[in-house]
Amino acid sequence: MAKVFGAAVKRREDPRLIRGKGRYTDDIRLPGMLYAAILRSPYAHARIRKIDAEQAKKLPGVVAVFTGADLEGKVGPIPTAWLPPDSDMKTPAHPALAKEKVRYVGDGVALVVAEDRYIARDALDLIQVDYEVLPTVVDAEKAMEEGAPLLHDDVPKNVAFHWQAGNDPAPAFHEAEVVIRQSFRQQRLIPNAMEPRAAVAQYNSGSGEMTLYITSQNPHIHRVLLSNILGIPEHKLRIVAVDVGGGFGSKIACYPDEALVAFAARELGRPVKWSEGRSENFQATTHGRDGIIHAELAAKKDGTILGLRLRMVANMGAYLSTAGPGVPTILFGLITPGPYTIPQVHVETYGVLTNTTPIDAYRGAGRPEATYVIERLVDLLAMELGMDPVEVRKKNFIPADAFPYHTATGLEYDSGNYQGALEKALKMLDYEGWRKKQEEARKEGRYIGIGWSTYVEICGLGPSQVAGAVGFQGGLYESATVRFHPTGKVTVFTGTSPHGQGEETTFAQVVADRFGIPVEDVEVVHGDTDRIAMGWGTYGSRTTPVGGSAIAVAAERVLEKATKIAAHMLEVAEEDVEFEGGVFHVKGMPDKQAKIQDVVLQAYLAWNLPQGLEPGLEAQSFYDPVNFTYPFGAHACVTEVDGETGEIKILKYVAVDDCGPIINPMIVEGQVHGGVVQGIGQALYEEAVYDENGQLLTGTFQDYAMPKARFFPMFDTDHTVTPAPHNPLGVKGVGETGTIASTPAVVNSVVDALRPFGVKDLEMPLKPEKIWRILSGGKKS
Amino acid sequence: MAEKKAIALQVNGTQYTAEVEPRLLLVHLLRDVLGLTGTHIGCDTSQCGVCTVLMDGRAVKSCSVLAVQADGAEITTVEGLAQNGHLHPVQEAFWEKHGLQCGFCTPGAMMVAIGILQENPHPSEEEIRQGLNGIICRCTGYENIVRAVQHAAERMPG
Ligand code: FES
Ligand code: FES
Repeated sequence: MAKVFGAAVKRREDPRLIRGKGRYTDDIRLPGMLYAAILRSPYAHARIRKIDAEQAKKLPGVVAVFTGADLEGKVGPIPTAWLPPDSDMKTPAHPALAKEKVRYVGDGVALVVAEDRYIARDALDLIQVDYEVLPTVVDAEKAMEEGAPLLHDDVPKNVAFHWQAGNDPAPAFHEAEVVIRQSFRQQRLIPNAMEPRAAVAQYNSGSGEMTLYITSQNPHIHRVLLSNILGIPEHKLRIVAVDVGGGFGSKIACYPDEALVAFAARELGRPVKWSEGRSENFQATTHGRDGIIHAELAAKKDGTILGLRLRMVANMGAYLSTAGPGVPTILFGLITPGPYTIPQVHVETYGVLTNTTPIDAYRGAGRPEATYVIERLVDLLAMELGMDPVEVRKKNFIPADAFPYHTATGLEYDSGNYQGALEKALKMLDYEGWRKKQEEARKEGRYIGIGWSTYVEICGLGPSQVAGAVGFQGGLYESATVRFHPTGKVTVFTGTSPHGQGEETTFAQVVADRFGIPVEDVEVVHGDTDRIAMGWGTYGSRTTPVGGSAIAVAAERVLEKATKIAAHMLEVAEEDVEFEGGVFHVKGMPDKQAKIQDVVLQAYLAWNLPQGLEPGLEAQSFYDPVNFTYPFGAHACVTEVDGETGEIKILKYVAVDDCGPIINPMIVEGQVHGGVVQGIGQALYEEAVYDENGQLLTGTFQDYAMPKARFFPMFDTDHTVTPAPHNPLGVKGVGETGTIASTPAVVNSVVDALRPFGVKDLEMPLKPEKIWRILSGGKKS
Repeated sequence: MAEKKAIALQVNGTQYTAEVEPRLLLVHLLRDVLGLTGTHIGCDTSQCGVCTVLMDGRAVKSCSVLAVQADGAEITTVEGLAQNGHLHPVQEAFWEKHGLQCGFCTPGAMMVAIGILQENPHPSEEEIRQGLNGIICRCTGYENIVRAVQHAAERMPG
């Protein structure tokens, strides 16, 4: 049989998805189902004087209208679940429906339940809310100023936390021959998974069981949080999320809305569905990034980096979202040294509340911000010293023989070969060739730029002990059950919750490969808390390194038991049995053999098992990784800036990523493509803009520029393979690499193109207008 | 509430009649009334294309068509693409070339792809990318959708 680990197996999830037979939440229709709609605040900051829902209640077809007062004792506040320690953390209350005050445009005020979705929407217009509009603050640095409007009485100066990491960088700056100082803005982005959020709730008042279908990246986390919010015992609450139309971090958080739908189903004794529209999604689903980073880099004249000092002011939105505080602290701060030996690093982050949609993870979450800063700084250093940016990178790389490597921020990088990835990318790009072309182009008055990004990221979240130490209110191990059925087919249950990443296929490959059975004989089950023991979900590129490792361990346990049965069948000692390609055979006697399917059948018939061995053949694992994984790579981007219009065209894009051994190259390549495009989206197109009254000006696809097919060339992707030494598959994760690497590669490239204009830095996104102003001498970027 | 109107239309070869409110969108007729949930809704401003279906053979955004406007029309949705158990070449191509990840945009993306190939059976990469302007996909970065369209073009009679 051909090896399935490493093969481009076509995806097992596709046959249902290409036939329109997916099972997305909004596809569910239950008998007697009602439809909910949520009235959201049109003001960014206002006191609620009075809510009058009488008219709405009278509309034919309306079943109920609920406001904050109705939730008393029935729906608790929405919690924050990542509380970085030693950060003077304040977690202001987040009621499921605002009672006294609304704090952002989109804050929920009332819930309507009606016989159909059109009527529910009509009823929203009939609810009268008397608001007293309050002063608004949307900018994080302004929100910290004396006299700024206060969002929550218990959060002075709107500063929810102040976190620090690293060591004392003063000696580095004392020793420095050059210091680079630059502030970088990470604009606010909107995740925009193509499936908006949705929920369907069904309650059985007899048994007290609640089934809640939701768009979730982590059903078990949602179960434990919603169990608390709703007062439903965990064993009576079932969360189901089978097909989820993308998440990118926006379906991690526990939102008020899903809790409200469950509450309504329980109150009314009928199933209730709620589907967010896109416009609602823009306002009420978490946003990503949004911060300003003030950076200083100390170096010697030969390009050696000595130290790094960063101060980040992170906009957290109006409330602290579920994982929100972990992003600009742990996920950003600890990885700021990147792939370089920087002995002295200090990072501090202020988390600030503003009258905007709450911020949480968005693909990469903290690591794109960190990578952007260090990769821009390295380029600025090269510019300052007149060195080639590639040389500065090489000079400062952690050498391949220095792993495991301890950073000044307390991480232990497990393995790496940064030079190897860069060398490969240099060749793929033909760097020298492009430098020549760039020179020639300049003579013709054309502006070509070449930009690099060499990155390392922190993935495979993570060891539970570390999760606890960094304030994550949960574990980060993963559960797996591998179950043989009597006919030799296998069901795998995973606590991860893939939603586009293809693990129904990759996990089946891992198991099929180990057992020597066809991939088609393995089914992977995810996204149902009733079927799966426990799980922490899909985010942080953890699904394959942690969830896949759990499966590998469970499969090994299955095989151990199967070996005992096989030995008994073959009438030899266990030590004399070998297993390969789906067949057990006696060492040195290849003819004396038993197929795994025959052994499985015996395990279930139990007519003749070894003494003391129980029937059945399945195993469970709760795999807790000993370290994070650290994927890395080198990306290069060549752009040309149109001197007339300021438009930027990507001429070539090279991505070399190292995510350890590759289970399915087709899927890995797809992850890189999608990630790269999202990262380029940040560099060139995307930006959420609020006006000073807290109105989102980019609230539709008309105003928020999503990347489109015509913006891109074909990408050149390849890999180096450096296994993670501490997990059974050696895999590192690849879901976020593209997004983390591509943004600085593109910006570095455009800055390089505009060197003749004396440009040193550009604020994202690099819209043509901004560039055009520079080209036309306006220098007003 | 406005008076309901009787409509008759063919969807995937089956004749349906329904009494609908004049404001009911075709996409809601398909999903909520006929139970054909393969066609998805990705926006409320007619910009994402994930709701695209074939109406009288042409790719249209079903969120921008009223059910009453589809009276008398022939509609093909993703559920009707496969014939006699055989996948449509565009479906095959999306599967073969990994043209989908979460699959949410996919029914619409495949309809857009069919539209591209109807107008131009042998499109260049450039023409495919232009043609895909009507669809937003957040997952794939489009490259494999482009490859899927190329792959289908090679295999489709035309
Ligand atoms: S749903 Fe977005 S265009 Fe129709
Ligand atoms: S495959 Fe997820 S949006 Fe296109």
